[in-house]
Amino acid sequence: MSRAQAEAREAGVSRQAGLEPSGRWVGAAVPRKEDRRMLLGRGRFTGDMARTGMLHAAFARSPFGAAKVGSVDLSAALAMPGVVGAFTAAELGGPYLLAVLERDEFVPTRMPLLAGDQVRFAGEPVAVVIAEDPYTAEDAVEVVDIEWTPLQAIADLAAAGAAGARQVHEELAGNCMVDLTMFDSERIPGIFAAAPVVVGGVFTSARLAALPLEGRACLAEWDDRDEQLIMHVSTQVPHQVRSGVAQALGIAEHAVRVIAPDVGGGFGLKCVVGREEVVVAAIAIRIRRPVAWTEDRQENLTASFHGHEQRYDVRAAFDGEGRILGLTADIDCDVGAYSAFPFTCAVEPLMAATELPGVYKVPAYQVRSRAIATNKAPTAPYRGVSRPQIVLVMERLMEKAAKALGLDPLTVRRRNLISPGEFPYTGVNGISYDEGSYRESLDLAEQRVTEAGWHAERDRLRAAGLRAGIGYSAFSERTAYGTPTMSQRRMRMTPGYDTAQVRMDPSGEVIVTTGTCGHGQGHETTFAQIVADRLGVHPGQVRLRQGDTDLASYGWGTFGSRSIVIGGGAAGRAAQKVGDQLRQVAAHLLEASPADIELAGGSARVRGDESAAISISELARVVYFQTHTLPEQVRYGLEARESFDPPGTFSNACHAALVAIDTGTGQIRPHRYLVVEDCGVVINPLVVDGQVRGGVTQGVAAALLERVGYDADGQPGSTTLMDYLAPTAAEICPIDIVHLETPSLFSETGAKGMGEGGTIGAPAAVLNAINDALADTPAFFDHIPVLPEELAAALAGAGLPDGELTDGTLTDGALTRDGAA
Amino acid sequence: MKDIHQIRVQVNGREHELAVESRRTLADMLRHDLGYTGTHLGCEHGICGACTVLVDGSPARACLMFGVQADGCEVRTVEGLADGDKLSDLQQAFSDHHALQCGFCTPGFLMLAEAYLSEDRPEAGVETGHGAAGDGSGGPSEAEIRELVASNLCRCTGYQGIVEAVLATARLRDARRRGSGQQPAGSG
Repeated sequence: MSRAQAEAREAGVSRQAGLEPSGRWVGAAVPRKEDRRMLLGRGRFTGDMARTGMLHAAFARSPFGAAKVGSVDLSAALAMPGVVGAFTAAELGGPYLLAVLERDEFVPTRMPLLAGDQVRFAGEPVAVVIAEDPYTAEDAVEVVDIEWTPLQAIADLAAAGAAGARQVHEELAGNCMVDLTMFDSERIPGIFAAAPVVVGGVFTSARLAALPLEGRACLAEWDDRDEQLIMHVSTQVPHQVRSGVAQALGIAEHAVRVIAPDVGGGFGLKCVVGREEVVVAAIAIRIRRPVAWTEDRQENLTASFHGHEQRYDVRAAFDGEGRILGLTADIDCDVGAYSAFPFTCAVEPLMAATELPGVYKVPAYQVRSRAIATNKAPTAPYRGVSRPQIVLVMERLMEKAAKALGLDPLTVRRRNLISPGEFPYTGVNGISYDEGSYRESLDLAEQRVTEAGWHAERDRLRAAGLRAGIGYSAFSERTAYGTPTMSQRRMRMTPGYDTAQVRMDPSGEVIVTTGTCGHGQGHETTFAQIVADRLGVHPGQVRLRQGDTDLASYGWGTFGSRSIVIGGGAAGRAAQKVGDQLRQVAAHLLEASPADIELAGGSARVRGDESAAISISELARVVYFQTHTLPEQVRYGLEARESFDPPGTFSNACHAALVAIDTGTGQIRPHRYLVVEDCGVVINPLVVDGQVRGGVTQGVAAALLERVGYDADGQPGSTTLMDYLAPTAAEICPIDIVHLETPSLFSETGAKGMGEGGTIGAPAAVLNAINDALADTPAFFDHIPVLPEELAAALAGAGLPDGELTDGTLTDGALTRDGAA
Repeated sequence: MKDIHQIRVQVNGREHELAVESRRTLADMLRHDLGYTGTHLGCEHGICGACTVLVDGSPARACLMFGVQADGCEVRTVEGLADGDKLSDLQQAFSDHHALQCGFCTPGFLMLAEAYLSEDRPEAGVETGHGAAGDGSGGPSEAEIRELVASNLCRCTGYQGIVEAVLATARLRDARRRGSGQQPAGSG
């Protein structure tokens, strides 16, 4: 697309709702259908629900990072007025969840619903108490008497890998859950030996909490009429919760109905199945009364799922012009104590290993990537899943190579980017990158930064006594992985496809069901836009029903930036079929050919004949109520069911950040932020901008604030929001967004997924900006978050001739030059 | 033995009389005893602000107050903002500026902003930093609204839409006050 078109698409330009000039709803800033109920306080979240006779669960949890569990005495709890029951693992029959990767390099481990004779992280549930009200349940947990024998916790990667280290699970040699070596192993030594420049380093990212504002919650009740357990769960993946409950409790899937009502954010935390949810299901079946559980924030921060704790030891060989020749990486992901159901703990190491080269043409690549178990909370695929780290690594390598070669870092990037004319590009990692605007987005970002006067602003900040720097990150993001791609990971439960049903009712209104499960992404609006275009109706006439396993065909929920492409694609296909049915009916009634019928503005019209039209609601009325007047092949119903299962499609973006650093306190503040992004066809610019801004804020926070700490005994240091610093409005600046549109050839609508890009690109841009601010010192940072105290210490050291700085004894430039060690 | 108290509280103009345990939070009382589930609990330790309600006109964290402390008070919750089904100007601005995604934190931000916007705000005060918008509109500055919004946590939006929505509503209300001839205190 042209530069002028790009400018016209810029955020805030087309805010008025209405049809696009093309006459389509796709692309219009349609106000969200979800907003009204939320603004009126009429959202329906799991914790809002009440049932007659409802009981409340609370969990007795481990205070130790690792311990043997002796006797568990529930008698005092059971004696408390208002307590209805209390249960241990043994009393429930020792149920567990098991997530499996069908590969030799993977060691399967069970996650018991309640810990048995051993606990593996502080916060692990050992017993559950059921009481008439939640206050009593919590009181009763306090008097559950558990006999503990503490064990030395394995609190980090170093402890896990130490010779003779205790094994977090008996079956885990070296505490390794998965150990993968992939790609090019033979040519690498020769390439590195001959390379003019080798750069590298150790790059680390801290453990993070996804921190949805609504924690996990569930309400389970047995329905004797349908012989079914009905569960309301705050989840991103209702069908997988159903499968997990069915597998863990040994019951048929049809005996469980999972409904995700309004869900207060997920960010990956809720795309795995929580053991507490399954415990509550088991109790509700057992005692035949509704049981509710609402996680508190301490449980959310310590006992749910974390993510993002990774270490990369990476080397890259470059030629004299800054072209990358080879790349080697040794990646360790600290995945905590258990492998989460259903996608396993291999999600992070597999994503990191397969996608590290990113947007760059890397001719030779070798990687070892492992999931390492520790005595910490288990991990889930947090927003971005390893790509914040791999982008950070590649973008730091580009900067280091530029520094070693005395080149402009953006020039080095341009020499390595997959460029126009090279798509589709198949990388050394076996991944095929579909058409994107990698080069264009970088060029446009640099141009905008220059035109907007960032360099002068950086100088002004410096003149005012601050340190200031500008950083970039260029990246792509594979979205909408269908089974053709997901199957390469060899998960026992392989996700990817989704299915939608579109049904027009006799009044001409449309119901769409889907297995995706929006929780803030505006799917009720964007899916309606896609369907409305294909049926010629208004989006207000289209209602999305999602998050209910009895309503929708088996689907895979909402994660991995999959929903608008896969769920929306399935809905679009089904709508197309219903459109065909409408055209046939209209053709019969208007005595025309179906091919000449167009559906728009609520009517079916014969193309080129203004007088020949019939309203779509009239067509629906005839189909259902005057069925006998129609030919047999168009008689019965207006509905269709379609699936979609694409290989995946790459969004891309270039981020730029200007940060200012207080040299006294070390405080780092984002000052300006720009995103040039390309997610293909934009379905709704309001929603896209919202995803970008929210994502960037999370990514900036990952670079500057957020960190779940554990001490050497496995005690969590981030148990409240006083200790875990989520960003407020004061820690982020306005974010400017420019859209490019390179339509995807692999999606129904031309759209690409875009739920994670903001989070993926921001840490690298911010880190590069920090390093730019330190460019006149020997100090540099290759880890996130960069904390104020670290920066202040680095600056203090930078004033000394031989200051020991930041990330160990590494230098920021070349490790070797001209082949010399 | 539970410590039960009989209290009277007015919520969104409606009188309630109820028996409540002394340790029960105002948030739980509103949500589960009186059915005002629009007030959400995000942390239960006073940081996130999702449970913000107005108690006698001032914003309060409903997780940090006991229900019994609201005895004799007027409480306003998110359910009391709209005029029937008609969204208030602030609610409409939240939708217009895409100031919400999952919607869980939204009631807290709405009540926080409503308290601010309902204050006897000086339109162009000097010492408070009002009137720093610099665009001749005379309303509060973006920085001032950003500081207000920083009271609460949102994990979805990145705050920009929330800041824009509150700013737009402040300007709308200031313009309306000027139009009706009301001079806010401290203006001049």
